[in-house]
Amino acid sequence: MQYLLMLFVEESAWHRMSDDEKAHQGAAYTAYTEALKKAGAWVGSNRLQDTATATTVRLANGKSQVLDGPYVETKEQLAGYYLIDAADLDAALGWAARCPTASHGVVEVRPVWAMPGSSAA
Amino acid sequence: MGDAREQRSVTDAARAAANDVARRSYGKLLAYLAADMRDVSAAEDALSEAFAAALADWPLHGCPDNPESWLMTVARRKGIDGARRKRSGEAASVQLQAIADMHAECVDTHEDESFPDRRLGLLFACAHPAIDVNIRAPLMLQTVLGLEAKTIASAFLVSPDAMGRRLSRAKQKIREAGIPFAIPERDAWNERLEAVLAAIYATYAEGWSEPDDADLARRDLVEEAVFLARLLAELLPQEPETLGLLAGMLYTEARRRARRSAEGEYVPLAEQDTRLWDAGMIDEAETLLQRASTFGRIGRYQLEAALQSAHIERQRSGRGDWTPEVQLYDALYALTYSPVVALNRALAVAELEGPEAAMAILRVLSDDKRLAEYQPYWAARAALFARIGNERESLHAYDMAIGLAHDPAVRRFLQRRQAECAKRFGRLG
Repeated sequence: MQYLLMLFVEESAWHRMSDDEKAHQGAAYTAYTEALKKAGAWVGSNRLQDTATATTVRLANGKSQVLDGPYVETKEQLAGYYLIDAADLDAALGWAARCPTASHGVVEVRPVWAMPGSSAA
Repeated sequence: MGDAREQRSVTDAARAAANDVARRSYGKLLAYLAADMRDVSAAEDALSEAFAAALADWPLHGCPDNPESWLMTVARRKGIDGARRKRSGEAASVQLQAIADMHAECVDTHEDESFPDRRLGLLFACAHPAIDVNIRAPLMLQTVLGLEAKTIASAFLVSPDAMGRRLSRAKQKIREAGIPFAIPERDAWNERLEAVLAAIYATYAEGWSEPDDADLARRDLVEEAVFLARLLAELLPQEPETLGLLAGMLYTEARRRARRSAEGEYVPLAEQDTRLWDAGMIDEAETLLQRASTFGRIGRYQLEAALQSAHIERQRSGRGDWTPEVQLYDALYALTYSPVVALNRALAVAELEGPEAAMAILRVLSDDKRLAEYQPYWAARAALFARIGNERESLHAYDMAIGLAHDPAVRRFLQRRQAECAKRFGRLG
């Protein structure tokens, strides 16, 4: 099964870090990504720009309505994701617990909706 | 005429056989099907179709030699049919593959007509941390014991609709999130087992809280909980906490008859007639607790059982020294930090060191909001204030306890105690 690990962290904490700390944390994510790849569990991953860069779009009365900012304002913000392949929820939760985010933020684990005939199942 | 009668007796025998297998093997069959279909709801549907088929087939062709295998074979076939029917809407390829694998396995193992007991995996799936804590126990009752949502709802004092919805939501989560029907890894073992034990204990506590004969559904819950605890102790005989949990339940069960007088009035432990206790059940609990202690790994449920054991031994022997109880409560509190344990410890301290020492503990506890609506807390306060001669506080605490008592027999007991207290102070004043 495929699972999306959504990484929620406090953006401001990142900005308060020293360069050393940032480098240290970057290395932790690189190592984690490597571990996922080595285990054949990695499907995709990305880090996102700050929520300050977010724009929301919806259609209202047939016209697209564009607004500055993220969809929801929360204490912790979606900062990135990993898409992984895991045998079951326990395996996915195991990977989530190893993710560097788990120690300074929150990781939400969601199974990917398996489309008929797709390999995501 | 003779034929008709014979036919009827065959039908009755077939129905009795089906009912018997349902009672004995439901959980075993469902656990096996659910693990392989990776879907509790689909397994339930397949199994209930298989039971319906048995009721139609067995009266005509006689009961099969191995009813469990017969049901399993039919349920598997129904399961494959069901998955095919749903294929257009959902991705069923994985499910079909799983069933195909299982079918191959079935053909392979058909010779010895047996299948492995996977109920433990099912229990772990039901008590998975990803499942809402409040639905874990109902889910176990439905999957392992085959209880209907309606029955479970009445036992847990929830509307049948709400219970049905919550149960199907949980089963949907098991299916969609890929919760495994597996025995957890060693590093997650303690936490996961604790969740299973907690759910069984919750079932028991739910049933025990309402001991009146009027509420049969809730009393049955106690029996079902004991069944689950027995099953767990049987499946995991090397885990001392499973033995401790079962022992604790049996100690409590053993005293059931003594908890009410002939007139249906509540009888506190200290006034119970020990001859009404079930000695066989107490012996069984003692044996379990002793076996648990040989593993040298103490835990919450063993300590709770040890306390029950101490209460029973004290009551039987007339021992006046409460040191063992206070020590056990100390250990239990260190493990749980539960305010209820702290309260019971205070009552034991009152017996060992006197009411003043217990009042000091109660003063600390009075800040704990979790106890504000806990009836035994107010009853304990009332009794302790009465002992140190504080009439006003005692009567007030009795008022609170009486207002919080759900059980009419307990309420009447508290009212009698309150009246005695008022009379005693009245006479003194």
